[in-house]
Amino acid sequence: MALQQKKHEMPTQAPEVRAHNFDEVALGYTAEIALEEARRCLNCKNRPCVEGCPVNIDIPDFISRIKENDFEGAYGVITKSSSLPAVCGRVCPQETQCESKCTMGVRFEPVGIGRLERFVADYHNENCKKAPQKPQSNGHRVAVIGSGPSGLTCAGDLAKKGYKVTVFEALHTAGGVLVYGIPEFRLPKSIVAKEVDTLKQLGVDVETNVVIGKTLTVDELFDMGYEAIFIGSGAGLPNFMNIPGESLKGVYSANEFLTRSNLMKAYKDSDTPIMKGGSVAVVGGGNVAMDAARTALRLGAEKVYIVYRRSIEELPARAEEVEHAKEEGIEFRLLCNPTEILGYNNENDPRDPKNGFVTGMKCVKMQLGEPDASGRRRPVEIPGSDFTLDVDTVIMAIGTSPNPLIKSTTDGLEVNRRGGIVVNEDGLTSRKGVYAGGDAVTGAATVISAMGAGKVAAAAIDKYLSE
Amino acid sequence: MYRIIRKKELNPTVTQMEIEAPLVAKKAKPGQFIILRVDGDGERIPLTVAGVDREKGTVKIIFQIVGATTRKLNEKREGEYIQDFVGPLGKPTETDGIKKVCIIGGGVGCAIALPVAEEFHRLGARVVSVIGFRNKDLLILEDEFKACSDSLTVMTDDGSYGRHGNVTVPLKEMLDHGEKFDMIITIGPLIMMKFVTLTAKPFGVPVTVSMNPIMIDGTGMCGGCRLTLHRDGQNVTKFACVDGPDFNGYEVDFDEAMSRGRMYTDFERHAYEQTCNLFKQA
Repeated sequence: MALQQKKHEMPTQAPEVRAHNFDEVALGYTAEIALEEARRCLNCKNRPCVEGCPVNIDIPDFISRIKENDFEGAYGVITKSSSLPAVCGRVCPQETQCESKCTMGVRFEPVGIGRLERFVADYHNENCKKAPQKPQSNGHRVAVIGSGPSGLTCAGDLAKKGYKVTVFEALHTAGGVLVYGIPEFRLPKSIVAKEVDTLKQLGVDVETNVVIGKTLTVDELFDMGYEAIFIGSGAGLPNFMNIPGESLKGVYSANEFLTRSNLMKAYKDSDTPIMKGGSVAVVGGGNVAMDAARTALRLGAEKVYIVYRRSIEELPARAEEVEHAKEEGIEFRLLCNPTEILGYNNENDPRDPKNGFVTGMKCVKMQLGEPDASGRRRPVEIPGSDFTLDVDTVIMAIGTSPNPLIKSTTDGLEVNRRGGIVVNEDGLTSRKGVYAGGDAVTGAATVISAMGAGKVAAAAIDKYLSE
Repeated sequence: MYRIIRKKELNPTVTQMEIEAPLVAKKAKPGQFIILRVDGDGERIPLTVAGVDREKGTVKIIFQIVGATTRKLNEKREGEYIQDFVGPLGKPTETDGIKKVCIIGGGVGCAIALPVAEEFHRLGARVVSVIGFRNKDLLILEDEFKACSDSLTVMTDDGSYGRHGNVTVPLKEMLDHGEKFDMIITIGPLIMMKFVTLTAKPFGVPVTVSMNPIMIDGTGMCGGCRLTLHRDGQNVTKFACVDGPDFNGYEVDFDEAMSRGRMYTDFERHAYEQTCNLFKQA
């Protein structure tokens, strides 16, 4: 039988249906589709996909197990390298990682590695009721700051080696960006909760409501008997554009908008208010911008724009997310840059309740000029091309800068010019026994690169404490 | 979960609670705040620390019943638990080099002003306090202020207790009479803090105001608590949760802060009515 040249399609909710609910968009492979897709893997000798994976999952091995109908075996292979398979199977940019290296991909479409990973993890979560074996303790204690992807990975890897790990989380729920940032329709919260539970069964303690740098400091953690510390405190403070009108009511950072909807559950009935309906402009072109736009749509917006200053070529979001957003009816205003946010102001009545709410966003059209330092062509304003978008809500999704809370309370912790924690190739900071990884080091990046950093640091911590 | 050790009604709309939270109690300083959630589906609300007992490991909070969440919180009894309690957040009030201070509290803001006054008293500074309320029934913490102040003036808007008028009246009198303060610290409604600042301005006395905007995480992540400072002819955006909550009163854009504070008025009214109805039915 000839091999199918294309990946098996991912079953999804129809765009016109999903645009009005928060249920997961992608429904996952059935066992039949997974088997068919697994058969597309050539099990080639040089295994380039493994190199493409930031945590080096033995991809051909897990796919071989699927071919043999041994789904639990496949799960065992993945979890040797990854603590969060159900998460990665959903949010990893496989198209630029493992799948971009796939031998099948040279002539045809690569094997759907991410979809198979998700299938295996979901199969396990649904069918396996057996708690994971708690490893023999080695007596060492490690503190992990932050329960996002890097922290959970680091904690999981160390726990499997017998370390007693405590994860400190500033918010009231563990998961970091996986719960406050990534929306339910892309990553159901029950899946994150399940992954956190698995870690707890391995013996990891999770202490919520502890802000390191405030409630406790890094030095106090050492005093409490932790022998090594991993900082995975995440991206931090949202950036704004510094244009007029950003303090008007109806202007959100993507962090705030998504946190209100996801973590604070404004997407279902809760006490948390959020602006719903009307027209919404999301400024930015990354995955966070796509998440914010699609969340606004689901909350009931009539019209949602993505406003991005470069062209479709430069959009940093995953192609799949952009595709989904377009299918759902989100309008892309590319090569556009906001210059001012306009607000209602009734000069005759300072008490008019509409005063101070957003009414529109002034933009200017852009064209691409010479490449800049990032190698991307620099957008330049087209003079006289100003226009106004009529919107009620503006969401700024233009990145974050590192949070100063830990740096400012930890003597001798070196940070770079942008405020990111400086680490060596092992994730070691300028302080002995203190490691760091994820967005706290790199600035806003992907879930899987944060996981990779957590993994590297866990190995280095193990080496450090074994010496 | 965090246990409510003690609960006391200060007036019909203001309640004091002592919450068991040893880690917070160990660190909290005057001017800092906590964020709490009453139950698993609740919103996160910031409340400034009204006092700590480091030995008992408890933190005192004082809140006005203004919305759905504070209403739910007020329904909790001694010995019961609240879901989440995190802190201390924000920067403590700056006390260095201040030998004589005027503390001006308004309404429930007096609950926050009190530990600040107590701290200055403990440090040996001269403390002149002015506290204001709408009327006699809403008066709180008078004895506590007396105990830590070298002088105390109580004002009511309707003259039903103490002196009649706004807190700015005695402030202006003192400044007119040549009283010198190293710092005026004012905590209360935005409109009051704005007018305290305007009153002090001609006399060139530094004013610190304590901002209490809408916030979610309290660690700088959401940016919802941002406010604009006018500094050296520039507009500077600051986050109240990490850069504050104390700010130089002369720099704060109060009108913008007041407008932002009304962002969810309709939603809040609706949520409050719903919560009240729930309690009525129960």
